[in-house]
Amino acid sequence: MARIELDLAHAYKPNPTVDEDYALLPLKMTFDDGGAYALLGPSGCGKTTLLNIISGLVTPSQGTVQFGGTNVTGQTPQQRNIAQVFQFPVIYDTMTVAENLAFPLRNRGVAPDKIKQRVGRIAEMLEMSGQLNQRAAGLAADAKQKISLGRGLVREDVSAVLFDEPLTVIDPHLKWQLRRKLKQIHHELKLTLVYVTHDQVEALTFADQVVVMTRGRAVQIGNASALFERPRHTFVGHFIGSPGMNFLPAVGNGGSVRVAGHDLAIPASRLGSGTGPLTLGLRPEYVTLAEPNAAGALPARVIQAQDIGMYWLVTATVGEGDDAKLMRARLSPQQAIPKPGDTAWFAIVGPHTCFYRDDELVEGATI
Amino acid sequence: MKPVNQKAWWLVLPVVLCVAFSAILPLMTVVNYSVQDIISPERRVFVGTEWFKSVMRDDDLLDALVRQIGFSLAVLVVEIPLGILLALAMPARGAKASAVLVLVAISLLIPWNVVGTIWQIYGRADIGLFGAALAKLGISYSYTGSARDAWLTVLLMDVWHWTPLVALLCYAGLRAIPDAYYQAASIDGASKLAVFRYIQLPKLRGVLMIAVLLRFMDSFMIYTEPFVLTGGGPGNSTTFLSQYLTQKAVGQFDLGPAAAFSLIYFLIILLLCFVLYNWMQRVGTADKAEGSV
Repeated sequence: MARIELDLAHAYKPNPTVDEDYALLPLKMTFDDGGAYALLGPSGCGKTTLLNIISGLVTPSQGTVQFGGTNVTGQTPQQRNIAQVFQFPVIYDTMTVAENLAFPLRNRGVAPDKIKQRVGRIAEMLEMSGQLNQRAAGLAADAKQKISLGRGLVREDVSAVLFDEPLTVIDPHLKWQLRRKLKQIHHELKLTLVYVTHDQVEALTFADQVVVMTRGRAVQIGNASALFERPRHTFVGHFIGSPGMNFLPAVGNGGSVRVAGHDLAIPASRLGSGTGPLTLGLRPEYVTLAEPNAAGALPARVIQAQDIGMYWLVTATVGEGDDAKLMRARLSPQQAIPKPGDTAWFAIVGPHTCFYRDDELVEGATI
Repeated sequence: MKPVNQKAWWLVLPVVLCVAFSAILPLMTVVNYSVQDIISPERRVFVGTEWFKSVMRDDDLLDALVRQIGFSLAVLVVEIPLGILLALAMPARGAKASAVLVLVAISLLIPWNVVGTIWQIYGRADIGLFGAALAKLGISYSYTGSARDAWLTVLLMDVWHWTPLVALLCYAGLRAIPDAYYQAASIDGASKLAVFRYIQLPKLRGVLMIAVLLRFMDSFMIYTEPFVLTGGGPGNSTTFLSQYLTQKAVGQFDLGPAAAFSLIYFLIILLLCFVLYNWMQRVGTADKAEGSV
């Protein structure tokens, strides 16, 4: 086990010049020993590339990978002592479940007694003890994927276990079970786990720290609450949450900010020191109804109000004509819900309001 | 009650006709010959199973059968492993892969009788490159004089001609294995041999089955190459079943025994293919014994 430090960039093409040439833009990252991490982002954002760089299947075109202070950039996955589980189950067809689980240990010349004990323990954790002597080829996809997971977890001394969207092929109800299982295994085995996924629920429930990635960039590393409360990049605000953050163009002007033709009072310190147009971001959860012409509130024309069960999702437009922007609010059913066609006033300046300049969070004083 | 619609018969009819003319009628002609003694086109006598009995007692034929089985087994033993090795050694992608594929496939494009002629000349001690080279090295080699040399030459010819087929099939099978398997094996610390034993070989099972059946059936029917090389000699050393059959049917016009033997020949191929197919289906899929780790 080891602390993993990355300081690298990767391009599949030689001599990258513009950002688009990079699969991974230069990044610096540390994974602490024994932590559970998730790499979260849409398809093609570079998360699998990053995972393969950590495991050693891909060598970064620039920079280094360090395990516990040792440079392992040029080492193979075997030398790095990494375990990796892939998106689709990989099993050895001719072997039984037990032989499959024992394979990584046998290849490393572990004593038979020890192998038996270890395989027994992992099989118990994965609830596969009854199937140990069955041929792996005849099993269902989720059982096969459990074997793949088991092969990743069977070695005690691994530097880290990497998961590349391992639950893609699993049925939804089993997905939930397996995710809990993994979490439990993490607590029992205290291994460093890195989990790649495009599913925010999966990432946020599995990991202590989530790395949000887009277009080859790691835009934020943080726990669930940091990603939710203070998205460091508009992409994080948009990608995390359901629905994502509301964004409205804004112009700072001393002690106020102009949004959709209205000047809203705000301490100048919250808008940071930079210049240029701003974007106001506010999660639908934090949008509240206000009295007409209240401070920090904007009129909005409601176009849809949906009952989602626990809350109402109200969709409205703010601003006039071509500049009109969509806004969503999650409102509690305890209050009067505006109907489509109504004009509602939304309070949009509050402690949860974030400001962005060039997609990056403006670091200002919080209220 | 379900409505009965007899029109479907018309839809089946073309297939029935095709199969009848291409397979059933010719086969029935042979069956017809096998139970009659055809003395002249006008005179024929029904003889029952007599031809079958006499054919089964024919020592020359039994010798040819043993020779044939030995040859087919030798073909499989040499060509299958060699084909796998060749496929493993071929480059996986890029311009080199295309070039190698074309080179490997060349021998498959050459007709059987040409292959026989090529080797007949190639193996001659006076003007053939192969024969002359062996002679220069002091190795006595003559496919016309030595039964062993003739047999080996026919085998070599077949290996040269048909191993590329096995290689191409295996190559296609290897390319169909997803990269994740190799990555997982590398992470599991598997050696090259283990990768072959536990990933490549099991994944090649399907194509290998086709390769074994094709090579078995083809080699069991080998005719042209030994015929061109030595005409089945020296002696009877390279007289395999189909050549023996041709001698009987076309050379001596013993249509009855030839037909009886054709049927036996057909059944032998069918039986051996059936056995091979079932055996290969089962290899590696039977449940392992209890308690093996």
